[in-house]
Amino acid sequence: MVVFDKPHALSDAPLHYCPGCTHGIVHRLVAEVMDELGIEGRTIGIAPVGCSVMAYDYFNCDMIEAAHGRAPAVATGVKRSDPNNIVFTYQGDGDLASIGMAETVHSAARNENITVIFINNAIYGMTGGQMAPTSLPGQVTQTSPYGRDVSHCGFPIKVCEMLSQLDGPEYLERVAVNNVKNVKNAKKAIKKAFENQVNGKGFSLVEVISSCPTNWGMTPAKALAWIDEKMIPYYPLGVYKDRSAGK
Amino acid sequence: MSDKVLMKGNEAIAEAAIIAGCRHYFGYPITPQTEIAAYMAKRMPKIGGTFLQAESEIAAINMVYGVSATGKRVMTSSSSPGISLKGEGLSYLAGADLPALVVNVQRGGPGLGGIQPSQSDYFQATKGGAHGDFHMLVLAPASVQEMAELTVKGFALADKYRMTSMILADGTMGQMMEPVSLSFDIEEAPAKPWAVTGTKLERPHNIVNSLFLKPEELERTNFERYERYKYIEENEVMYEEYMMEDAEICVAAFGIAARVSKNAINEARAKGIKVGMIRPITLWPFPTKQFAAAAEKVKAFVSVELSMGQMIEDVRLAVNGKAPVTLCNRAGGMIPAPEQVLAAIEAANKGGN
Repeated sequence: MVVFDKPHALSDAPLHYCPGCTHGIVHRLVAEVMDELGIEGRTIGIAPVGCSVMAYDYFNCDMIEAAHGRAPAVATGVKRSDPNNIVFTYQGDGDLASIGMAETVHSAARNENITVIFINNAIYGMTGGQMAPTSLPGQVTQTSPYGRDVSHCGFPIKVCEMLSQLDGPEYLERVAVNNVKNVKNAKKAIKKAFENQVNGKGFSLVEVISSCPTNWGMTPAKALAWIDEKMIPYYPLGVYKDRSAGK
Repeated sequence: MSDKVLMKGNEAIAEAAIIAGCRHYFGYPITPQTEIAAYMAKRMPKIGGTFLQAESEIAAINMVYGVSATGKRVMTSSSSPGISLKGEGLSYLAGADLPALVVNVQRGGPGLGGIQPSQSDYFQATKGGAHGDFHMLVLAPASVQEMAELTVKGFALADKYRMTSMILADGTMGQMMEPVSLSFDIEEAPAKPWAVTGTKLERPHNIVNSLFLKPEELERTNFERYERYKYIEENEVMYEEYMMEDAEICVAAFGIAARVSKNAINEARAKGIKVGMIRPITLWPFPTKQFAAAAEKVKAFVSVELSMGQMIEDVRLAVNGKAPVTLCNRAGGMIPAPEQVLAAIEAANKGGN
């Protein structure tokens, strides 16, 4: 009897992610949702620039690799080309909240009917651990070697809180994947973000608080604990906007 | 002759694009090409198409990238500073071998420059326009009729060769009103088995991508692309020759500069100077062979440009030292008067520089 299997929407390509990285968990959740909703055959995913740049090899649906930060604009084109397409972007914090902030805000403002999976691990992983727009105050990175000094380079950006001020977006939720309970909640949020699109409701973004043991300089276990100790207090989990709640 | 309508160059481009089957337009406002967006904003919703004003030129070109990846005809338009912003997207379109039509109604530069006509984006358009080894098909209309015709042709070439066609016009061509015939034979777009249309669970997934981390593989894609470019250089060159049969002086000019030059050539002919013109219609591929052939029989070339002299470099490469090539130019939004061009022709005829 099969008790645990790989989702159909997840390819057989070996993941390149570091040990303890939570990208693998989120990939799996997205693939499970594609399977459960039966949408793989009409889904087009947009990969970012960053650690998940090669996500196009990991999902079995059609995929596009976008320029850094431009995934929501590319997704807009794909969705407008054929509204029957299910379109998702998978982006990190540098991609979505720094170089691609305009594309993020405006696709949300337009209530573009797409699903955005936003990985917030407070660091640029692919390039070797530089300060991200979401790096915490005091956080030591390669480009903030004395700790992020907010008087010098400003404060982290709380994406869900910021976007929740817009009239446009349908659904914004922040989740984490550092323990079983949180992973289960993340799955529910990701599923809802895709269901919203299937039902024509509009822009749905799930911010996933994730770990980067390599560039945080921690063991995987310590990194998961650091999410509880440092990340979640700064980035509280929860639903920031849900226009159809209670309807 | 078919019925003609009076249109601005910018509007002719927009209507021709719709006739060519383009149903998706993305753009950001910038003078002097705004009529294209305005026309699309009115027309697209009525024919089941998409007009969307993007948050930036960068977003617009990436929306183009998205639609093109799905296999549909798509376009954007802008003017010089906006085209610089689209540069990133143009490079990605090239790297992913995606077809698109991009219109540049040029204005004077550099920087914010001005809003009057210019041809100073010649280098940017013909030498790549952004990072990496790549070309765009660059089409240079010299009338409102050609604005329309080259738009239709541009979509067909883009699809055929999986690359960007750029209409390199200028503020004059965009604003000028002329009668135009809009009856075209439209080539059906070729099959696009590479497009991301959803696998329907019936085929392996398609990936539209420009990332190749293995240098051998990336090198192979570059060599393959340049094989295609070589074929284009041999088969797709377009140009007009004007009074070149007995010419001793050859004017090189495109777009609005060619129209001014025609007046000057007619005046020079009236004065007994044997002068003609080669007008490149494709700036890439450049009519190198035609200029090389002319260099065997004329005694001098005059490159007439609305820039500090950009196309002149390609003319000189083609002429290869066989005859002097002089520059007759205005820049920054100014247009050479026929008298200035005539003086340059007379100077070339006397052998002066």
